[in-house]
Formats: sequence, structure tokens, C-alpha cells
Amino acid sequence: MTTTTTKADATTEPATPETVLDARGVTMRFGGLTAVRDVDLTVRSGEIVGLIGPNGAGKTTFFNCLTGLYVPTEGEVRYKGQVLPPKSFKVTAAGIARTFQNIRLFNNMTVLENVLVGRHTRTKEGLWSALLRGPGFKKAEAASEKRAMELLEFIGLQDKAQHLAKNLPYGEQRKLEIARALASDPGLILLDEPTAGMNPQETRAAEELIFAIRDMGIAVLVIEHDMRFIFNLCDRVAVLVQGQKLIEGDSQTVQSDERVIAAYLGEPIEGDAPTDAPADTPAPAGTPKAPATEAGAPEEAAAPKETTGKSPEKPSEKPSEKSSEKPSEDTPHDPASGKENDA
Amino acid sequence: MTTISENPTAPATPATTEATGLIGFIPVHIARALTLGGGALTVASCFLAWTWTARFPGDLTVYGYPGGLQLQVLVAGLLTTLFALSSYGIKGTRWLTPAGADGAIKLAALAAFATAWYTVAAISIQLGGPVNLEPGGAVVAVATLLALVGALALPFERPATHPADPEDNGWDQFKHRASNGLTSFKAAFGTTGTPRRLPPLPTPVEILIIAGVLAVALGVFTYGIGTEYDELFIGFLITAGFGFAAVNKSGLLQQATQLTGKHQNLTIAGAFIAAALFPFTQTDDQYATLGVYILIFATVALGLNIVVGLAGLLDLGYVAFLGVGAYAAALVSGAPTSPFGVHLPFWAAILVGAAASLVFGVLIGAPTLRLRGDYLAIVTLGFGEIFRIAVMNTDGTSGPDITNGSNGIASIPNLDFFGFDFGAEHTIAGFTIGRFANYFFLMLLIMAVVVLVFRRSGDSRIGRAWVAIREDETAALAMGINGFRVKLIAFALGAALAGLAGTVQAHVTYTVTPEQYLFAGPIPPNSAFLLAAVVLGGMGTMSGPLVGAALLFLIPNKLQFMGEYQLFAFGLALVLIMRFRPEGIIPNRRNQLEFHEKDETPATLAKAGA
Ligand SMILES: Nc1ncnc2c1ncn2[C@@H]1O[C@H](COP(=O)(O)OP(=O)(O)O)[C@@H](O)[C@H]1O
Ligand SMILES: [Mg+2]
Repeated sequence: MTTTTTKADATTEPATPETVLDARGVTMRFGGLTAVRDVDLTVRSGEIVGLIGPNGAGKTTFFNCLTGLYVPTEGEVRYKGQVLPPKSFKVTAAGIARTFQNIRLFNNMTVLENVLVGRHTRTKEGLWSALLRGPGFKKAEAASEKRAMELLEFIGLQDKAQHLAKNLPYGEQRKLEIARALASDPGLILLDEPTAGMNPQETRAAEELIFAIRDMGIAVLVIEHDMRFIFNLCDRVAVLVQGQKLIEGDSQTVQSDERVIAAYLGEPIEGDAPTDAPADTPAPAGTPKAPATEAGAPEEAAAPKETTGKSPEKPSEKPSEKSSEKPSEDTPHDPASGKENDA
Repeated sequence: MTTISENPTAPATPATTEATGLIGFIPVHIARALTLGGGALTVASCFLAWTWTARFPGDLTVYGYPGGLQLQVLVAGLLTTLFALSSYGIKGTRWLTPAGADGAIKLAALAAFATAWYTVAAISIQLGGPVNLEPGGAVVAVATLLALVGALALPFERPATHPADPEDNGWDQFKHRASNGLTSFKAAFGTTGTPRRLPPLPTPVEILIIAGVLAVALGVFTYGIGTEYDELFIGFLITAGFGFAAVNKSGLLQQATQLTGKHQNLTIAGAFIAAALFPFTQTDDQYATLGVYILIFATVALGLNIVVGLAGLLDLGYVAFLGVGAYAAALVSGAPTSPFGVHLPFWAAILVGAAASLVFGVLIGAPTLRLRGDYLAIVTLGFGEIFRIAVMNTDGTSGPDITNGSNGIASIPNLDFFGFDFGAEHTIAGFTIGRFANYFFLMLLIMAVVVLVFRRSGDSRIGRAWVAIREDETAALAMGINGFRVKLIAFALGAALAGLAGTVQAHVTYTVTPEQYLFAGPIPPNSAFLLAAVVLGGMGTMSGPLVGAALLFLIPNKLQFMGEYQLFAFGLALVLIMRFRPEGIIPNRRNQLEFHEKDETPATLAKAGA
């Protein structure tokens, strides 16, 4: 398997682990609801860190706190030692780029224009230079366009540069979001469920893509539901349950941790030990998300009960079915997130 | 409504039978012949006398010389005939219908029919009965009817509809059938193939074609502006409306846009030349007056399009910025009623006007653009009113004496540009250029500036940021765009451009009064009409607001006989246009892109693995 080999030499690579992202005690409350509670997380350069957890665990909210879309109620986020300003465009300028769980491309712009918008912080041309069209302007536009085309080649969309973003198939839209994020030359990229809704081949391609991004020297923090995907990919995995970080460690540690199995993977399904299922099952084509998807049971009903209980360790907990629930769960928050951000 | 009640039978016959027309019982070859014959007869009948007396305007009594409304019917008839010939595949006419002839024929026949029957009806009503028709009038009525019947019998691809549920009650069945009928009815006019691609032509030929298109556009516009009586203008609207739709359906328009898109700079330059030729086509200053007002209106609409179309900021008080510019220019123009006794040269007045609007734009924008959504609309609406009322009250009694209150600033002197007096007549190459024509040229220059600003800012880093914010503000912020700053630039730029136009407007109208700058009123430009021009013409496009503004100025101006009902008719027309062409008259480049993609996607399915 190519992925495993790539990963193998990657793990040996980071010799100078500079801390890229350092989040300390991040807490986010919405009224009475604490969506994220006292989460610490560090990402070092050259690392791919995974963030997993059942639906509604607060992963996306945590991302929003990191990128300035929300201002955390408590806690502090540093990027390369600097405290991040609470405005999302300043966070991007500082060097953190992100994608969205529910794709947020600029639908009526072309693929190329989408990536060019991503270059915004790395270019300076203002209105006057646009109106006067001096040589500096033309040079800057040409350079942006060249860089954007490189990125499109990187994700394999160079032939569709002039298509409208909304006309791309789903998988390509996700890739385009990644290219758009990369265009701001980030030091850290946050991917929110980059393979949601993808078929197995596309998921594998995405895996390769993320390794390639890491090899470009960009640290990656990725949210994902797909266990096999995440344990293949990540150097370190953090598990978020009920807004709290349950455990953090390398794939092996996390996979074999009792509490994770209990809280996240649910009960064993067909007698198969879920412990080694994610890493070892030889890819039953079509069901790459086997553990997560098949255990679809009414979680929502159980969730409030658990909030009161101190620890989320009840073995009866089952992950909710992801595909059916995710869009409706995420979308409504986003308009709210906008207001939050602007107020 | 025979066509509709007939349709329920159609869905019942399964799709395997060959395609039929809306009028099912006429065989296709007869229908086609009928259309061609009807079209040819229409053309011929335009050379006959339609009525016996010259009391009906336009003098339709002369044999051998089409006049007034006859000319319009003639054009529509010619279109029908040509499209019909093209549908037979006659050599030399094939190029006319690159997207298929049948849809175009239907609309052209409809154009001829509607105009002819409107004329005949107008004659009969105005002169007291159909007895006033000469044989020619009857001939044209029959000919256009034949052509229309033939056209409607032409086959079209019927959309799949579901037969009504027999267990439903009668009313539900009726509703269902009606909606099925409507679907087929729409399809009869609606289906168009994508047009053939234009064969590669040598560049001079392409340029020649563009010149031809522009000449036609100038001709149609000049004709429309010069229509002298109500009937002629209504006929013009009918003919131009259906004719435009027919040409659009034939695919010619799309081919033309392909060409103009290829030679964009050239087309714009050509359009300006064509516009500059307009005063030379006029014998007196009357229509140049209309021309200047249209230009002012269109320029301001284009400025608003930066704010609304590109950046997506709903500005309901935009006309106030025009007012700020106009008042600023008037105050420094040396007008006797201005409390400031200064008389700045025009270049300085222009700067003062634009700068004043810019300042107001920033003042209004800075506090409101931090908010999202409807706040801006409400605040700008308020600002528009505040401006008007403040100007009304700074008359020396209710407030400081600055603007002369409701009397406004009158007797604004004409511009004098390096010895060129804008108020006087000049003779250029044998043509007399009057006062309004002078201003027309000046306004054309201002518009050129606005066009330049629109194009250059739209196609740049800042323009992309505007569109990104319009598309998805949260994502745009996450891409590192400082939303507030970028929106403020758009808002202030739009304000400054309106102010620029205002400085000229003050001189053209002699007087500026608060009542010129309303939110809504029967006379454009006002905020509502400006917004309507942008939306109607096509948001985010350059030519859209220009076309929209021209229409929105001409229609109320020409339909004054409607009196009180003018605004009502205007509203109705807006609703209809938005219903049938929501993307505006000139669709956005991005929508066109979508068109193109349909035939290109299969080619680019291959994709790299990693
Ligand atoms: N803007 C908001 N207002 C109120 N509650 C929110 C908001 N955003 C998220 N939440 C809540 O926070 C919790 C975590 O949501 P989210 O971060 O989207 O979970 P995940 O991404 O892990 O599936 C959910 O219960 C959700 O309802
Ligand atoms: Mg989420």
C-alpha cells in the first residue's frame, strides 16, 4: 500500500519539530451549551494531526475557534508563538488556511478565480493599481495566475480552470476548496471532513493529496469520520467527545484505547473486534467507513443523558449515522457563525 | 386560448408518435409553406394602403411606400420570411438560424402578428370602426394570422407530462391539464438548441460584423428614441421585444456575443463611436436632450452596478450621491443663487463633486458596512431621504442658508471648456451641434471613464474580492479578505462615480432642486429606477445597466399618455420581465459560461488520481 509506505518515511522525517499551532484551554460556550470545553492541542511542523469524535462533539466549533470565525469564550490560540487575532481574515494572513465541512466555494466564479481569491492575502494590488494597470499590476496578476494554475495542476483540475465552481462534481469541489486554501501559502491547513461524500477511490486520492501537502512543508490538522482514513494518515490523533478531549496519541494508542472504542466506535458489530478493524481490514470496496456507518443508531436520544454524567464512557454509546445527519447538523450553524464573527 | 384547451389530447398520445405543433391538425409541410407565404404576403401588404385617411398618424394611405407602423410590420414580416426560408435550407439564408429556425419563426411571426393587429385595431378604434380600413389593412391582418397559424403548427419537442389522475375530481383534473398544457405551450417557444459555432473568420470580417451589429443597434435605438406618437412607440416596443426574442432564439445573438466577447475592447470602442454618432443623426436638439438624460441615468446605473452587481451591497439611496455631486458642482459653479460666490473651472468642480460624494459614501458606509444583510439597505434608504430633506431645509429659514431649500440652485451657467461654450451651437463638418449635443459628448466621456473603472476594477484582485463577498461572505473572510475594507471601497467608489455624473447633470438641467433626487418617482433617475435598471439589465454586467437605463428612461418618457397609470404599468412590466427573464436582459458572463459548459463537459471528464 502506497499510503502506508509514504507515511512510514514521513514519521521519521520531522527532525526539527517547531510548534506551529498551540491551542490552550479553548472553551466555547453558546448560551448554556458548552460546545468545546478546555481543549489543548498542539500541531508541530511536518505533522498530520487528526481530530475525531462523534457528530456534535464540537470538532467544527473548535476549528471555528482556531480560525477566528468564533471568538473562544476562554483560552488562547497561538500560531508560531503569536497569539492569533480574533478575525478570520487576519488568521488567514497569519498563515492558517481552512476548508469547510459543507463546501463553501464561490459558486458563480470560475475554478481559477476561486483559487485567485485564495491568493488575496499574498498580493497587495489595490484599487488604484487596478485602475491604472501599471506594469506592477500586470506582473502581480500574472504571478497570481501562475501560482493558481500550479495549484490547480497539483489537485488535477487544470483542465477545468474556466468552469464554474458550482458545476464541478462533489469530489472535485472538495479538492478545489483545498487548492483555494493552499493559495494563501499557509503554514497550517485545517481540513474539515475532506472526504465526506467521496467514494473509495476519491478518498484514496485525497489521502495522497494530504500527504503531498504535508511534503510541501505544511502542517495539517484534519477532521474526519473515516477511521481507516484517519489512522492511515495521521501521526497523531486527538479524540473529542462531548466537547472535551478524551485522549491524544499516535494511531496505535488511540485505536486500542478502551474509552475511545466505547465512546466513539460503539459496541462490536458482528463479533469482529473493532480494535483492529480500521487498520487491518483489507478495504471491503464500497464500505470504507464500515465501523462508523453501520453502527448507525439513535445517538441523539442518548447524548443529553450523557452530558450530565461526568465521563462519556458508557459502552452503550453508538455513533450516529454520519451521512444522513451531517448536512442538516452543520448547515444551520453557519449563518450563525457569520453573525457571531461580525458582531 | 384554443391552443391550451387543445393540449390535453397531446400528452395522451405517447411520445412515440412524431412531434407535432401546438396546432396539431395541420401537416408540417403545409404549416411551413403557410408561414413562408404568410410572411411574404405580410411584406407585400406593407406596400399597400391600410387606411383611407391621413388622420391616423404615420400616413398609412400611400401605395408603394411603407410608413409609420407599416415599417415595423415590414421588418417583422421580413424576419419571418427569412427565417422561414432558412428553415427550408435555402442557400444564403442558412446562416440566419444557427440554433434552429422553428423557435425563431414562431416569435417572428408573433411579432408581425402582434404589431399588425395592434395597428389594425388602433386604426379601427381611433377612426371609428373597421370600415376605415383599406383592403391593405385586411390583407395584412390575414397574412400575419396565416403566418402565425403556420408557425404554431410547426413541430416542437414536447416535454414529458403526466396524464391527469382519473380519480381526481374535475377541478383537480382541469388544473392538472392546464398545467400540462402550459408546459407544452412554453416548450413550443422555449426549446433552443445550442447554436452552431461560428466558422473561423478572418479578423477584418469579424470586425465588419461587429460594426454591422453596432450599426443595427444604433439604428434601432435612434428609431425608438425618435418615435413621434404613442402608437408608433407601442408598436416599436412590440416589434422590438418579439423581434429581439426571435433573433435571440435563432442563435444569432449568441454568435454575436461570441464575436464581441472575442474583440471586447474593439466592441466597446465601436459602441462609443456609434453613440457619438447619435447627435449627427438628429436634426434638432430635442432628441439629443433625451440622449443626455439617458446617458446620465445609464452612467449612474453603471456606477450602482459596482455596488449592487459586483459587491452585492443593496443601496436604496444611491440617487443621493448623484445629488451630492450635483449640488456640490452647482454651489461652486458661480450660479447667482449659490451662497458661495466662487466659480471654479469645470475640472475643479468635477473633483469637488466626486470628492463630496466620496466623503458622504465613506460617512454612510463606515458605520453600516460592518453589519451584514438588510441593515445597509435600510440605512441607505434613510440616507436618501435625509439628504433630500436636509437640502430642503437648509434654506436660510429652517436652517443655515446653503442650498436655497425647495427652490434649489437655479441659473447654473453653462460650462466653458478652454473657450468651448457648451451653451452655444457649434457647427462640425456641416452638422449643427446644439447645447444638449455638447453635453451629450461630455457625458459620453464621463461614461467612458465609468466604463473603464467598472471593467478594470471588476477584473482585478479587488473585483474578485467583491464577487467573493457577494457569493459567500464567511468563506471570503476565511480566504483572508478584509470584508469591511473591501466593501467600503466598493461603496465609496460607487458614490464617487455617481457624484461625477452629478456634476454634469447640474449643468445640463440648469437647476438643481431637492425634488430631483427622490427614492421613487415617475421621472428617472431616482433610486428605485436605478436599481431597476441594474436588475433589469443584468446584474454585474457592463452593458446590462446601460440597456436597462435606456429602456427605463424611454418607456415612461414615451408613455406619458398613460398619466396616472404610468407607474402601475411600469411595475407590471417589471414583474413580467423578472418572471420571464430573471437574469436580466443581458445575462451575466458567468451564466453564459454555464451555457458553454454544457457542450464541453464530456471532453474534460478525465481526472488525475493524486
Ligand atoms: N453557532 C452555534 N450556536 C449554538 N450552538 C452551536 C453553534 N455551533 C455549534 N453549536 C453546537 O455545538 C455542538 C458541536 O457542534 P459541531 O462543532 O458542529 O460538531 P462536530 O463538527 O464535531 O460534528 C453541537 O451541539 C452544535 O449544535
Ligand atoms: Mg463538523
